[in-house]
Amino acid sequence: MFHLDWLNDRFLIAVIAILHVFVNHSLAVGFIPYITWLEQKGVIRAGENQITDSAWDDIIYKKMRVAFILTTSLGAMSGVGIWFSAALVSPSSIGSLIRVFFLGWFIEWLVFITEVILILIYYLTWKAANTSLRSKVRHIKFGWYLSLASWLTMAIIVGILGFMMDPGNWNADKTLLNGFFNPIYLPQLLFRTPTAMITAGVVGLTLATIFAKKHSEIRAQLIKYTGQWILFWTPLAIAGAVYYWNVMPAAMKANMSIAVGTQEFVQYYELLKYFILGAAFVSVLVGIISILRPWKVSFSFAAPAFLAIFAFLGIFERVREFIRKPYIIGGYMYSNLLREEDYPLYKREGILKFMTYTSVTEITQENKIEAGREVFMATCSRCHTAHQNGINSIVYVFERMYGSDKPLDEGSMAAYISNMHNARTYMPPFPGNDKELEALVAYIKHLQQTGEALPGAQTAGIKVNPHHSALSVARRISNTSSQQPLTLNK
Amino acid sequence: MFLQIDVPVPREIPLPLPLPEWLLVFLLIVSFLLHIIFIHLMVGGSLLTLWAQIKGLKNKDYDTLAHEIAKTITVNKSLAVVLGVAPLLNINVLYPLYFYSSNALTGIAWIMIIPLVIVAFLLLYLHKYTWETLSSHKPLHITIIALAVAIFLFIPLIFLTNVNLMMFPEKWISIQGFLKALLLPNVFPRYLEFLGASLAVTGIFLVWYHSRKAYPIEKIYSTFRREDLKKISYAITTFGLSLQILFGLIVLFTLPSKGISYGVLGLMGAAGALLLYALWYSYQSLVQEGITHLKKIVVAMAGFMVLYGSSRQLYRHNALEQHQKLVALRTAEFIKLSEEARTQAQSKEQSSVPQSQAQVLAPKSQETHSSIGQKVFQQYCAACHKPNERLVGPPISEMTAIYKGNKEALKKWIVSPGKKRADMPQMPGFPHLSQDELEEITNYILSFDNPTNP
Repeated sequence: MFHLDWLNDRFLIAVIAILHVFVNHSLAVGFIPYITWLEQKGVIRAGENQITDSAWDDIIYKKMRVAFILTTSLGAMSGVGIWFSAALVSPSSIGSLIRVFFLGWFIEWLVFITEVILILIYYLTWKAANTSLRSKVRHIKFGWYLSLASWLTMAIIVGILGFMMDPGNWNADKTLLNGFFNPIYLPQLLFRTPTAMITAGVVGLTLATIFAKKHSEIRAQLIKYTGQWILFWTPLAIAGAVYYWNVMPAAMKANMSIAVGTQEFVQYYELLKYFILGAAFVSVLVGIISILRPWKVSFSFAAPAFLAIFAFLGIFERVREFIRKPYIIGGYMYSNLLREEDYPLYKREGILKFMTYTSVTEITQENKIEAGREVFMATCSRCHTAHQNGINSIVYVFERMYGSDKPLDEGSMAAYISNMHNARTYMPPFPGNDKELEALVAYIKHLQQTGEALPGAQTAGIKVNPHHSALSVARRISNTSSQQPLTLNK
Repeated sequence: MFLQIDVPVPREIPLPLPLPEWLLVFLLIVSFLLHIIFIHLMVGGSLLTLWAQIKGLKNKDYDTLAHEIAKTITVNKSLAVVLGVAPLLNINVLYPLYFYSSNALTGIAWIMIIPLVIVAFLLLYLHKYTWETLSSHKPLHITIIALAVAIFLFIPLIFLTNVNLMMFPEKWISIQGFLKALLLPNVFPRYLEFLGASLAVTGIFLVWYHSRKAYPIEKIYSTFRREDLKKISYAITTFGLSLQILFGLIVLFTLPSKGISYGVLGLMGAAGALLLYALWYSYQSLVQEGITHLKKIVVAMAGFMVLYGSSRQLYRHNALEQHQKLVALRTAEFIKLSEEARTQAQSKEQSSVPQSQAQVLAPKSQETHSSIGQKVFQQYCAACHKPNERLVGPPISEMTAIYKGNKEALKKWIVSPGKKRADMPQMPGFPHLSQDELEEITNYILSFDNPTNP
């Protein structure tokens, strides 16, 4: 398995995904309608014999250039990056989701192509369209089409994300539409849309302070419009946030089978409330000042607002991710990538026996540490690191409980791990048998003593479980098939 | 060759394919061809921009040509990325465990594709938008595009290494990191063939680009005429096609035998013939003034791509067929075992219910603490609390002392605890416990006051 022992595997996805959300919300979904609206304002501002106010138009074009450059590089590639990192870190979950959501993603791809073609047309023909009023109007129309396409890509992906948090009744009936119209789809979309508009407004404000000359009429007017834009969307965003905030616990209840209540979640959840209030306050304030005192708005005023809004988006995504736990696909697959329905088998016979890549299958006194390492890789490594300085390192989480000044006690850890999912409901149950648990805690203690790191397959390569080599699978099959033929799954 | 002890047989994802397999294969081939055309234009375009700009140091018109090519890259690279999503999706559906295995084994290089491409794209924009600003600092300006080209030359190697490695599960055991996988035979010949193709595709694209009637060559260039640009474009095409054919032959001879069949050879042979046909007409167009065979060449190259793409898919299919059978068998075996264990666990659970009831009714449990209470305590609390000594939290004896005669307060604390002790972590809340469970737990805890207890 691929494993980053310092950065933490999940952190890799998180960094790429949050980057993608930043670019996508603030420079595409929200930004394109904002730009198109301003482009339209330019035509309205124009004098009798002009097509558009060209000084105004030029500033809006410069803003669009920033969006164009960043969305087609950072935005597009971080989107692909989510795929890459998820396939590395979380292969069975992304593989399963793609099988279920193939059509959704395929449609998403078609909309995505449309979006890219439209953005190329919109940006690259901007100057050429300024030759006649007819072509300018057509250009603005393209802007609105592009806004729609950007929004649609988000509307589809939100369905897929919503599904992962709360599959609704997908488990009973594994179809696409069922997964799509899950209970948090609408609230999430109603929250994300105005939020994207506001973030775009704040980015637009910051860019306006860069591109428009100080003390110019254009600058004041541009900032005023942007303030109106932000103020217009703020109440909608608050309403969306409240709606979303209210359905989240219910969604989580459905997901966790036991109720809300992990301390970490409650903490985040409470924190989110203040963040929503804080962000709403910031955007109202920014909106009002921009409208009433546009000449006072400078880069050093806009930039902190910009940072505040992004901090808010970041914490929001963090909470959104958290409520998924202990599952990665609600009710079907735990965040350790093991399917819930396979647990009885793992409990009965141990998990190592069924791992394709492991050097140990039979645990003895001599190979205990090594076995523990394999168990750790199979059951903990998606979220925890082995190295002591890693993010969410396993030694750190135990030392936080038992104290870092003394050696960890194997018996206590074993007792804790076998029951942890009852107390820490975001943790999946430990899947292995008693011997594996013993090996695991011995390994954790060994980690505390040695500070050893755990290299992933990308550097250490793999060891094949002899039980699952081509040779033994072929032998096993030919033995059983003489008695009773196994039917192929395909 | 296949039945080796070192060949891993992973389990397949136990969910059905979303579409019939043939349709997915079709979508994979078609979407990949679209993707690769624009990748060729992006890589070839950047490479030729660099080449033309260096030549432009002596001849101003080449600098203009470089600028003209650079403008097309913006569009081509965006389409290359967006068109790449569908083949990625399809390969994720069709060959997940092969693809994921090779991804994981070359993990660091694989994920580096993302930041590298972002940097290359930003460099391309920087290069394009500073053409005038940096016109008096040509070496600096050329360095920017050279860096982007260097990245573009490296990234196909990562991709090729991956799609090559995924076809050979028998090699997985020997791979530690990207560099080892890179050295597998067939990676470098395919890479050079790819570069040849990039030049050929971009060359023929430029032939078309310069032959457009509406393209105002006289306004853009000072000395170049249409015929000059045609010659340059055909020279690039001819050079690219020759490279492609040369290294294509080497690819064929270094291809590991396990996936080769008459079908693969037939498709590759036909594809090669089309490429030779394209080369011949490209050369004719290059040496004969006023004559251009653009259509013939485009058709031949498109035909080549379809045939060659199909032959690669057939090769992959052949190479993995045996292994996929084993994977399917192992997956079926696992699903059966898992089902068995599930039913067994369920029936055990059912039969164990009357047992625990019997325990409760046992007379001796009236005297000591109830065994149900102990059970619930074990399940939820014992991980952190021991009877007489501190574990994660305080011992039970302390709780008994605090909450003696105040069961409701203890219940309240369990449901939503606060933080009292500075030297211990805060206890998580247990709002998910039922009233009965709370009753049992609190009774159990408070029963520790009873001196008859151990």
